[in-house]
Order: sequence, then C-alpha cells, then structure tokens
Amino acid sequence: MTRSHALGTEDVCLGYGDRHVVDHLSVQVPPGKVSVIVGANACGKSTLLRGMARLLSPSGGTVVLDGESIHSMPTKKVATLLGLLPQHPVAPEGIKVSDLVGRGRYPHQGWFRSWTAADDQAVTDALTVTDTHELADRPVDELSGGQRQRVWIAMALAQQTDLLLLDEPTTYLDVSHQVEVLDLLTDLNRRAGTTIVIVLHDLNLACRYADHLVAMKDGRIVCEGAPGDVVTEDVVEQVFGMSSRVVPDPVSRTPMVVPIGRHHSRHTDRSEVLADGA
Amino acid sequence: MAVLDHTPLGLVAAPTSTSAVVGGRRRRQARVVSVTASLLAVLFALFCVALSLGDMRIPILDVVRTLVGAGDPASDFIVRELRLPRAVLAVLTGAAFGLSGIVFQTLVRNPLASPDIIGISFGASAAAVIGIIVLGLGGAAVSLLSFGGALVTALAIYLLSWKNGVTGYRLVLVGIGVGAMLSSVVSYVITRAEITSAAEALVWLTGSLNAASWSAVGVLAVCLLFLVPATLVLGRYLRQLGLGDDAAQALGVPIERARLALMLVGVALAAVATAAAGPVAFVAFVAGPIAKRLVGHVGLALVPAMVVGAVMMLGSDLVAQHALPSTQLPVGVVTGIVGAPYLIWLLVTTNRVGRGG
Repeated sequence: MTRSHALGTEDVCLGYGDRHVVDHLSVQVPPGKVSVIVGANACGKSTLLRGMARLLSPSGGTVVLDGESIHSMPTKKVATLLGLLPQHPVAPEGIKVSDLVGRGRYPHQGWFRSWTAADDQAVTDALTVTDTHELADRPVDELSGGQRQRVWIAMALAQQTDLLLLDEPTTYLDVSHQVEVLDLLTDLNRRAGTTIVIVLHDLNLACRYADHLVAMKDGRIVCEGAPGDVVTEDVVEQVFGMSSRVVPDPVSRTPMVVPIGRHHSRHTDRSEVLADGA
Repeated sequence: MAVLDHTPLGLVAAPTSTSAVVGGRRRRQARVVSVTASLLAVLFALFCVALSLGDMRIPILDVVRTLVGAGDPASDFIVRELRLPRAVLAVLTGAAFGLSGIVFQTLVRNPLASPDIIGISFGASAAAVIGIIVLGLGGAAVSLLSFGGALVTALAIYLLSWKNGVTGYRLVLVGIGVGAMLSSVVSYVITRAEITSAAEALVWLTGSLNAASWSAVGVLAVCLLFLVPATLVLGRYLRQLGLGDDAAQALGVPIERARLALMLVGVALAAVATAAAGPVAFVAFVAGPIAKRLVGHVGLALVPAMVVGAVMMLGSDLVAQHALPSTQLPVGVVTGIVGAPYLIWLLVTTNRVGRGG
C-alpha cells in the first residue's frame, strides 16, 4: 500500500450558488497523519471538506490530488484513492449491515464485473476492524447511533482508500461513542497509515486526536499546526469568539480549552468563583 | 506495521474468514431468487387461467397444449388470436409500470414518487383526451400522442423542480401540482365533448386492455427490449444513489448524469405502458413496495417489482373481465380499488414515522 497520496487545495474558492463560503484557501493535508478541521458553525469547514472530496466544484482555484486537479480526474478513479463519509448518509430502508458495507465496493467494480471474493474479503475486514462483524445480518434501521456510525465507517473502509475524509463523524453520539469512533480512526491511521481528515466541532477532542489541526473562521484558515503549538487563548477567542483558559489535558497533555461564560469568572480558585456567584 | 500489513486494510491481525459475510449474502440472494420464481409461477398460472376463461371456456390443459403448438385449430384461434394478445399486453404493461414505479420511488427516495402519483400519467391522459375528443383520433395515433404527453410532462416537472439538482419532496409536490392542472384540462375537454367520444375517452382514461392487438404488443415489446435491459444496467447507479447524493458522489457516481438517465428510462417505461393501456391506476405505485417487502428489502428488487406489476395487471384484468356476470370493467377500476387504500395508508403513516423524506 502506498502512502504518498498528496491532497491539498491551491487558492480554492467554494460556495453554493452566489454564496461564497470558502475564500481563496490553500491547505496541504500531511500524508499519513490525522488532520482535524475545527471552527465555529458556518465557518466553511464542511464546505472545505466537500470541496476536497470533489463534491463541490470550486469557483476559483483547484483541489489537487497527487499533482493533478481532482476535477479533471475520472470520478471513479478518485474514489479508489479518496473516501468520504458525509455528514448525513442515508441507509436504504431495511438494508442489512453487510450489504450496506458492500456498497463501499462500488469504485472497485465495473459495469459487467460481478461480486468477487476480494469484495467479500474487503467487507469482512471492514466489519472486523470496526467491530461490527456480529451485526452483519442485522438491518441498519435497528442499530443504535454508535453502532450505525461504526457501520458507516466500515462502508468507507470497504472502499479501501489511502485517504479518508469524515464530516463530523461524532455528531449525535454520546461522549463514550465519540471517543470510540475517534480511537478507531486513530487505529486506522497508526496501523494502516491511512491519511485521515476529520471535521469536528469539539475543540478538546480535536486537540487530543489531531496530529495537525486546522482552525477556520469565515472561510479562511486562522492557523494550522500541531495542537500544542497553535491552540492558545487568543486563537480560541479569534476562532470561536469566546474567552477561555487553555490548560494541559490531564490525560493526553494536549491543550484543553475551558470556556469562560458570562456567569463564571476567570479565577481558578474555587472559593472565589463561589464567592462571585453569591 | 509491515507485519500487520498482509490484508488490504492492514488492521486485521489475521484475516477473518469471510464465511459469515458470504453466507449472509447467499441466503439473501436465495430468498430473492425463490420469491421471484414463486411470483413467476403465480404469473404463469394466472396467464393460463386468463387464456382459458371467456365466452367459450377452454380447459387449462388445452391452453397449455395450444401454447406449445399442439392444440386443435378452434382453440388455437381463440387462444392465440383472441385472448393471447390481451394477456401478453397485460403482462408487458404491468411489468413496465412496476419497473417504472420502483425506479422513481428509489431514485427520489419517496414512496409517493411513482409516475401515476406525480402527474406523468396525467400528462399522457391530457394528450390522449385532446387527441380523442378535439382531434378525433383513435388507435395508434392516440398512443403516440399520450407517449409524447408523458414525456413533455415529465420534462416540465423536472425543470420546474430543478434547483441545484432535483430532490424528493420538491419533485413530488411539483408533480402533484402539475397533475392537478392537467386533470382539470382533462375534465374541461370531456365536458365539452360529444357523449360518444366522451365515453371513449373515459374508457381510455380508466385504463383498459380492450384495444389489445398483436401490433400493440409488438410495439411495446420492442420498446421494452431496449428499456428493460437499460434500466437493469443503470440499477448500478440507482443502488448507490440510495445512500444519499454525497455518499454516492464520493463513491464515484456521476450523480446528475445518473439521475437524468434513470429518470429518462423511468419516464419512457411509464409512457410506453400508458400508451398501450391507458393510465392504469396504482400498478406503478404499489408494485415496488410489495416486491421489496416480499424479498425482505434486499437489493433493488427491480425484477421482482416487474413480476409483481405483471401479476397485478393480469389478475386485475381477470377480475375486471369475469367478476361481474353481465358487464366487463376496465382494468383500471380494479387496480384502483386495490391501490387506493394503500395510498391512504401511506399518507396517514408517512409523517408519523418520518418516512418519505
């Protein structure tokens, strides 16, 4: 498996109709790493991800995959290199887990090439990795949110791409399942070398799981780099418009952002906080 | 890492046996095959009964004998020339309606999106009624006109509901609106008509196989010879589009082109069937959901939906012809009685369970 696939944008502008969301943005995805894109709602992070996965045509600039404009490459060829798990995929009514995962094999199949043993192997591997093998014959409709998300990741894995893009894969999951999904993606990156790009809205989980953090505001990049280098109280203020304290995460030693609302002071002393409240 | 790398994913320490995945897939395929075979058996039985019943009843065995070319000249004539065209036309139109319906419903991800609900059939009706009453046409000319009416209406619905692509609810609502407009055109033209041509138009509007002939069968068969394989091949796109536009596109499906091609074959299937038998109500609408339930929601169920459509059409025509001793009803009356309750049920339950989005 080669791990040298390079994905990036050059001065790209993306939007919907007349609405410009991403504005002359250039970014390089570090190969073999986990990159996380964060930002406030409507900052253009999902739009950037959809643009990088050639789901949106740029109104300016290019998305470049291995030195070639992604929009000039055959879409099915791109699909063998780059996978995307969208924010709201649809499970057809009544579909069974292994059949859904099997649909990830589409780019590897031709008009007249039927299902092969390699497809069965890929589906089995994807189910095993995501720990959904036991669910193979269950209807997707009946699964819990966490199980369903693992099944969707399995579908993306069955596509067997070196690049995997995920749009808010932890939305609607409770915190234990959020950690579980992100652990799974980290496993995939560490053991198989898959380059992963995730859009997340939880800044602390982003700091913990990202090798490379990209913070966006108003369609532009505010800063990017290792979370420990770039996440400061100023950056949080700039990106989220919120004052905060940044302290080391007691578990991972990565930056942990503690928000400060209007009702709590900046003091760390508990008695003072209580006194202020009274 | 290299040690772990002996599977494509590189994550599985030892390759897991594929037997569970293979087994599940084979079981589900086996069910699709056995359901389809059973439906075909039912269809064949109905087919023989349809050829046997009539003013002169011919025993089933003689029917089979005639079909394989070993019957006596009298039953040969009755079966092959008088009854066979009607039965074959019922099967072909039913299959075309069934396939058209499931293509639309799957494509739009909405069970209401079948061509008889979203106004495509009304386009065929309006054109045909204008042909019969205003232009005084009949036979093949009316069929051709209704075919054109269906295509033009579908195009209008598609363009009116286009907004950065076509989505389910907009297509259904625009379709129902266009259908309402066209049905008022139909009513207006009929109220202005002579009583005899109005009666002729009404029979056409209800959907009837009375005009069945070998030439009508031939035209339809040739069309289906192209349309059915094309639809089955395009099923590859249809399957992926069921995952939502983003997921389908990410997997390498050219979604707008795929959708346009699928709509074209779906409209063409509905149009050729309507041209041959009139806008027979609800066959396109219910065949798909029945087929999907029978096969246990495996795959697209395109072929089972065709057979269910054919069974519905042939069975309904049998009832329409022979249920009442003194009169023959148009087949659309019977399919309407069967289909309407399902529509009501669907409308009542759709919002409650969040279906139809």
